[in-house]
Amino acid sequence: MINWIRGLGRWGLGTFERLGRGHLFLMQMMAGVPSLFLRFSLVMQQLFSVGVLSVLIILVSGLFVGMVLGLQGYNTLVDFGAEESLGVLVSLSLVRELGPVVSALLFAGRAGSALTAEVGLMKSTEQLSGMEMMAVDPIRRIIAPRFLAGIISMPLLAAIFSAVGIVGAFLVGHGLLGVDDGAFWSQMQAKTDFYDDIMNGVIKSVVFGFVVTWIALFEGHDAMPTSEGVGRATTRTVVHSAFAILGLDFVLTALMFGDE
Amino acid sequence: MPLIKIRDLHFYRGNRAIFDGVNIDIERGKVTAIMGPSGTGKTTLLKLIGGQLRPQKGTIEVDGQDVHKLSRSDLYELRKRMGMLFQSGALLTDINVYDNVAFPLREHTDLPESLIRDLVLMKLQAVGLRNARNLMPSELSGGMARRVALARAVALEPMMIMYDEPFTGQDPISMGTLVNLIHRINDAMGLTSIVVSHDVGETSEIADHIYLLSGGKIIEQGSPEQLKQSSSEWVQQFIQGLPDGPVPFHFAGPDYADDLLQPEENA
Repeated sequence: MINWIRGLGRWGLGTFERLGRGHLFLMQMMAGVPSLFLRFSLVMQQLFSVGVLSVLIILVSGLFVGMVLGLQGYNTLVDFGAEESLGVLVSLSLVRELGPVVSALLFAGRAGSALTAEVGLMKSTEQLSGMEMMAVDPIRRIIAPRFLAGIISMPLLAAIFSAVGIVGAFLVGHGLLGVDDGAFWSQMQAKTDFYDDIMNGVIKSVVFGFVVTWIALFEGHDAMPTSEGVGRATTRTVVHSAFAILGLDFVLTALMFGDE
Repeated sequence: MPLIKIRDLHFYRGNRAIFDGVNIDIERGKVTAIMGPSGTGKTTLLKLIGGQLRPQKGTIEVDGQDVHKLSRSDLYELRKRMGMLFQSGALLTDINVYDNVAFPLREHTDLPESLIRDLVLMKLQAVGLRNARNLMPSELSGGMARRVALARAVALEPMMIMYDEPFTGQDPISMGTLVNLIHRINDAMGLTSIVVSHDVGETSEIADHIYLLSGGKIIEQGSPEQLKQSSSEWVQQFIQGLPDGPVPFHFAGPDYADDLLQPEENA
């Protein structure tokens, strides 16, 4: 019993210590961001590896999610004779929820894990220590550009996901199931609000990009400098990011749409 | 006045004392070796000198400045005058040899690219790898990676350079090349060098002064010749590489015979 309580205390202290380190790390990263505007090329390089290289998985996933949504939505709506509202259903589902959430989950799996592994390996091969000894701050030179690139990339990837998803739903709805194309697009335009729907979705994806990139970079920087340590950190990034995305999605949805 | 003055250094990891009241002087323009068995904190000492770790007690002065009392920006200014060669080389793996050597120059100077090119080629020529400038770090052997790291470490013309186990895992030719390079670069650039190593033969060839570390204390110090004449059994065991002596072959624990008579304990 005593051992159990001792173990619980050790776990609690360890968790709070890690949380504290994570927040200090966040402050250091944020402090490094302003200087990046003088050396934006560092961010551009990371926009490529974090953002552009994630586009393929986002395109393919977005297309299939949209197609499935079109198919499922049609089968439900047709029972009420409301199949022409398919465009609205698909656009609101994607722009408000599925676009930000699914693209953030994919981003955590594709870019987040890569960031953790890259930073963790840089630590284990003493590249970060080497930079410190060359009087170059690795937080500013390596971490902060990746952080900013993650925050910029995420809403763009979510927008691509939603756009491709809508096209996928249109291909199925109009091409396969015969929904009127004029009704599909016009109802979507009429019922999708720029501020309430699109901007709220963008805010969600910015928050998800912030959190996922923070988790990924912190896990890499805090990883044990061994192959096993980096492997575990990469797994933690994906798991913690998924929890954070889904938990925050509920909180943000409640704040944005809770009083409708 | 020594370039580096370490006084009453205490450093602990948990309850284990890595340094327990260590005093070391590193003289200017000399090659000083810090030697000792694995796990005695040799690399930790370099990290303490570089300000990457903070001691629990004691002071480390580099060129008259107390490393652990400097502000962050002053510490970074001091580091520009310190070079460090890591055991792994610590080259940036996503850029080639040329860009690795150019890295500190691009970060800390506003020199035009044409001048940076000349400087990089001069440094690479000095380590014999000018024609390997387009290779990626993954295409280099361990010895070549350390030579590139050496070129990078001296790119900013530092006042001192710290070598962390430069000879470990090297074939005889690479080892000879590195011994020669460290000696030549130290003399040519008027550097102060600290070599952390447990390779007795190679280190004795180039060191002017050797400190032997064990159990958190300086066991012996002096020139390579003085150490060879030492009456200490520990020093003789270390220098001659004897498997048994004051440092036992067997890890401390229960007696062998007693252990055999209790077979279930670890079964």
